[in-house]
Amino acid sequence: MSGVRQVVGMTGDEAVAHAVKLVNPDVVAAYPITPQTIIVERYSDFVNNGEVDTSFISVESEHSAMSACVGASLTGARVFTATASAGLALMYEILYVASGMRCPIVLAVANRAFSAPINIHGECTDQLVCRDASWVSLFGESAQEAYDETILSFKIAEHPDVMLPAMFGIEGFIVTHALERVETLSKQQVEDFIPASRIVRDRFCPDENKTFGSLVLQDYYMEIKRQQEEAMQNAYKVTEDAMQEFSEMSGRKMEIIEKYQLEDADYAFVSYGATAGNAKAVVDRLRAKGEKVGALKIRLFRPFPSMDIFQALSGIKAATILDRSATFGSPGTIVQTDIASALYGKENVPSLHGYINGLGGRVLTLPEIEEVYEMSKEYNNIGMTSTTDWVGYRK
Amino acid sequence: MKNLAEITDVRINGRGGQGAVTASRLLAEAAIIEGQYVHAFPNFGPERAGAPVTSFARISPEPFYEKTEVYEPHIVVVIDPTLLDDVPVVEGLRDGGTIVVNYDGEKDSLVKYFEGVHANIYKVAGSIIATEEIGRNVPNLVMLGALIKVTKLVEIESLKKVTLNRFKGVLGEKNVVAINRAFEEVE
Repeated sequence: MSGVRQVVGMTGDEAVAHAVKLVNPDVVAAYPITPQTIIVERYSDFVNNGEVDTSFISVESEHSAMSACVGASLTGARVFTATASAGLALMYEILYVASGMRCPIVLAVANRAFSAPINIHGECTDQLVCRDASWVSLFGESAQEAYDETILSFKIAEHPDVMLPAMFGIEGFIVTHALERVETLSKQQVEDFIPASRIVRDRFCPDENKTFGSLVLQDYYMEIKRQQEEAMQNAYKVTEDAMQEFSEMSGRKMEIIEKYQLEDADYAFVSYGATAGNAKAVVDRLRAKGEKVGALKIRLFRPFPSMDIFQALSGIKAATILDRSATFGSPGTIVQTDIASALYGKENVPSLHGYINGLGGRVLTLPEIEEVYEMSKEYNNIGMTSTTDWVGYRK
Repeated sequence: MKNLAEITDVRINGRGGQGAVTASRLLAEAAIIEGQYVHAFPNFGPERAGAPVTSFARISPEPFYEKTEVYEPHIVVVIDPTLLDDVPVVEGLRDGGTIVVNYDGEKDSLVKYFEGVHANIYKVAGSIIATEEIGRNVPNLVMLGALIKVTKLVEIESLKKVTLNRFKGVLGEKNVVAINRAFEEVE
C-alpha cells in the first residue's frame, strides 16, 4: 500500500501545511503570528491556487479565529487552525468553549515564549498551560512528527468516543523553521486513514431548529463536564489505536511514549518536543562513556499517560526531567509535577529531578545536558528524591 | 553509539539580503535528495539588509537526533568579504576545519586574516563570478559551488538540481553556470 516513500525537504511549518493539505479540511480560520506564520501562508496559497476545497476565513484576532472554528465545527465541518504564544493565550477563553461544545477542531501550536519581555523563540509553556482545557495535547520532535501528528490529530479528535479538540505543538524556529527530511504520505493513504468527512451525530443545519451552547447552571453543568472527562479518558485508547494504525500505514513507529535505550538503563532522561532529540543525542554520548542511561519521550501530554510512564521508569534510579517551560512558585516543573503524581506511592520508582531550561529559545547544549545528568546522579546519591532547578542561565 | 563523528556542521556567514538562508536550505535539500539527513536553519534575530547574519546546516549520512544551534562548525562559508573585518568568522571553528571565503585578492593576503587558525583555507572570487555570470552580486549559491568542491559534502549534480528547482528558467541556469565556475576556480 505505502509503495515507494517520497522524501521531501520541509520545515516544520511547511510540513504541517502540507499535511493539512492532504486532509483538506472544510474550514481554516486563522490569524498569523510568528513562528506559526508559514503554516497559514502556505495554506492560503493552497486555497488561492485551488489545490484544496477549504474555506479560508481571515479574522482579526486569535479569539475570533477560534470562535470562527467553533461555529464552523458546529455545522459538522472539519476545521483546522494554528497559532502560538500570545495567540494561544488570546484563544484561551474559546478553547474551553470548543471542548465544552465537543468541537473536534485541530490546532497546530508553534510553541513560543510568552511576553514579557517580548520574545519570538521556542518554549512550550504556551501549550502546557492549556492542560486543563479538555483538549487532547501532543508534542512533536521534528518536521516529520509535525507532519504525522497533523494527520493523527484529526483521527483522534473526531473519533465518536472522543469528540474533543486536539492540539499538537512543535517548537518555534528550531523545528518550525528548520529544514529536515520528511517522508510524505499519499492522498490515498490519508483518505484511507481518516474518513472523507466527519462522522456527525448532531449539527447546525438550515432546516432544523436547534440550540447549541445554552445556559446550564447547577442542574446539569457538572454532568456535562464529567462527560468531557470520560471522553478524555477514552482519548488514551483511541490515540493508542490511531498511532498503531498510523505506524502500519506509514512504516514509521509512532507511540504515546518513545523509549530510547531504556531496557537496561539505571538512569533516564524524560522530555518532550525537540529537547527529546537532544536527550537521545546525549544518551549516545553517555553510553559511549559506559553510562547506563536511556531516554523517555512524551508525545501525548493530555490525556497524561501515567501508566506508560510508570512502567517505563520502573527500576530506574533517577530521572532527569528536561522541561522547556516556565512555572513560578510551583512544587516542580509542569511536567515533573504530573510525573510525580503518576508515580506517587508506587514502589521501585526513580527520584525525580526537574530542570526548567531553554526559555525564550535559549539552548541547553549537549555538554550542559551531560552536566545536568551528573547533577541528578549526585542528588540521587545523597538521597534526595525530588529536586527542581533552573539551568542554563547567567547566575 | 550513533555515528557521532559523521555529522558535519556548516555555518554560513553573510549579510542580510545576500541569501545566506537560501544557501543553507539548498545545501540541505541537495543532501536530502542524496538520502542524507539534515537539520538546517537560519539564526533568526532582528535582521536588516546588510547586517551580519548566520545560517546553519547540520548534515549526516545517518539519522541523528540533536536539535541545537551550531556553535562549533566543521565548515564556515563567508559570503561577504567585508565580514572579515567586522565579525569573528572563525569563532568556534573546529581545529582542522575548513573555511571558504568569497575573496577576490591573492590567497596569501587572505591567509593573513587567519593567523594562528588551524584550518584549511580556501577562496573563490564569488562576487566577481556572480556579477559576471548572474548579473548581480548575489554570491550565495556560488559559494556553495566552491564549498562542495573542497568538502565533497554533496555532489555538484545534486546542488544543480535543487538550484534549478528553486530558481526556474534563466535565473536558475545562470546560477548553475556560476556554481560550475566557482567549483572550478576555488583555490
